[in-house]
Amino acid sequence: MMRNSSDGYGLVAIVLHWTIALLFLAQIALGLAMVRIGDQRLAFELIQWHKSFGFLILGLVLVRTGWRLAEAVPRPLPGPAWEQGAAILVHLLLYALMIVLPLTGWALVSVSVLEIPTFAFYLVLVPHLPLGVSEQAEEFWTAAHVYAGYLVMVLIAVHVAAALRHHFILRDHALRRMVRPADHGTIKAE
Amino acid sequence: MRAVPAFPVLAVLAMGISAVAAHAQQGFPGGAGSYAISSRGSQIAFAVPQVGGGGIAGRFSSFEGEMTIDPSNVASSRVTISIFPASVTTGKTRVDNFLRSNAVFDTAHEREIRFVSTRVLRTGERTALIEGNLTARGRTVPESFTAELMNSSGRAISFHVVGDVYRSPFGMDVGRPIYSNKVNFDMTLSGVRR
Repeated sequence: MMRNSSDGYGLVAIVLHWTIALLFLAQIALGLAMVRIGDQRLAFELIQWHKSFGFLILGLVLVRTGWRLAEAVPRPLPGPAWEQGAAILVHLLLYALMIVLPLTGWALVSVSVLEIPTFAFYLVLVPHLPLGVSEQAEEFWTAAHVYAGYLVMVLIAVHVAAALRHHFILRDHALRRMVRPADHGTIKAE
Repeated sequence: MRAVPAFPVLAVLAMGISAVAAHAQQGFPGGAGSYAISSRGSQIAFAVPQVGGGGIAGRFSSFEGEMTIDPSNVASSRVTISIFPASVTTGKTRVDNFLRSNAVFDTAHEREIRFVSTRVLRTGERTALIEGNLTARGRTVPESFTAELMNSSGRAISFHVVGDVYRSPFGMDVGRPIYSNKVNFDMTLSGVRR
């Protein structure tokens, strides 16, 4: 129930997947909105929430990455080799970007000449990364964060499209196994 | 009996009391008169501490005001100051722009921050507590500052004035609690006799 099997994902992996998916989509929307609104007071508050959720996401992603590395991975679904390769590539890139996005955000906050402290959820004072503060460094990390954000939007779109294709066109259990925890009662020896 | 004759008696009595009071407060080394406060020779600096240490330090470079000082009766002294928040400087352009935005001073709509004293209480030979009303962004809040006489020549006078002002009553509490609600003001106000 909790753990993965060769047939499907356990509850831990499923909850982590959907929690991070939801937080990531909300975080992208928040990130896009906060730099576009005119009200500077609201913008400031939204940026602080974006930072807080960024650290929450980073923590969850590290747990998820550890779980992914420690746990069994369900068997790949049948399909041409290029599809299986593409699935591995997209999953790998999604994992990489889930880590890169919070880290580039942390870096840009750390090097910003504004030197605004990160007080996550107004509870935890997160230290800045030991990087040099400068306008140039801030521009660099801001660009890195923004382009990584656009890239992850593309990857999420590909990932969602692939899941929907599996469910509605190929009619396999790709999407279902990310909803229903693997039933360990019926599995064969791993 | 008519009440009118009582007036001169009261007047004499009042003069007597004020003479005693004046005597008691004699020695305040400030020169009587009215002084114009200008940004020349004066400085209005402020600091907003932030969580984890440090904070924002800045000053207003444009302001004007007036001090009326009566050394024989410090309590009747008055001070008014108008600070022009568009002149805020922190040394960081982006911070300045943020402070001028609607998040803090809203300089597009608000031209001045004004302080008008309501009461001056002498607290020492060279010190006084100044109470008054501070108006910013359409809200008026009672505030107090402590003043210490620094210099007094025949035609000029200067005070070191400090005080803390909370941002929230003025709707300027953006960034709490990362940035302190309390702003520390440290001012040198120099006046030239009118």
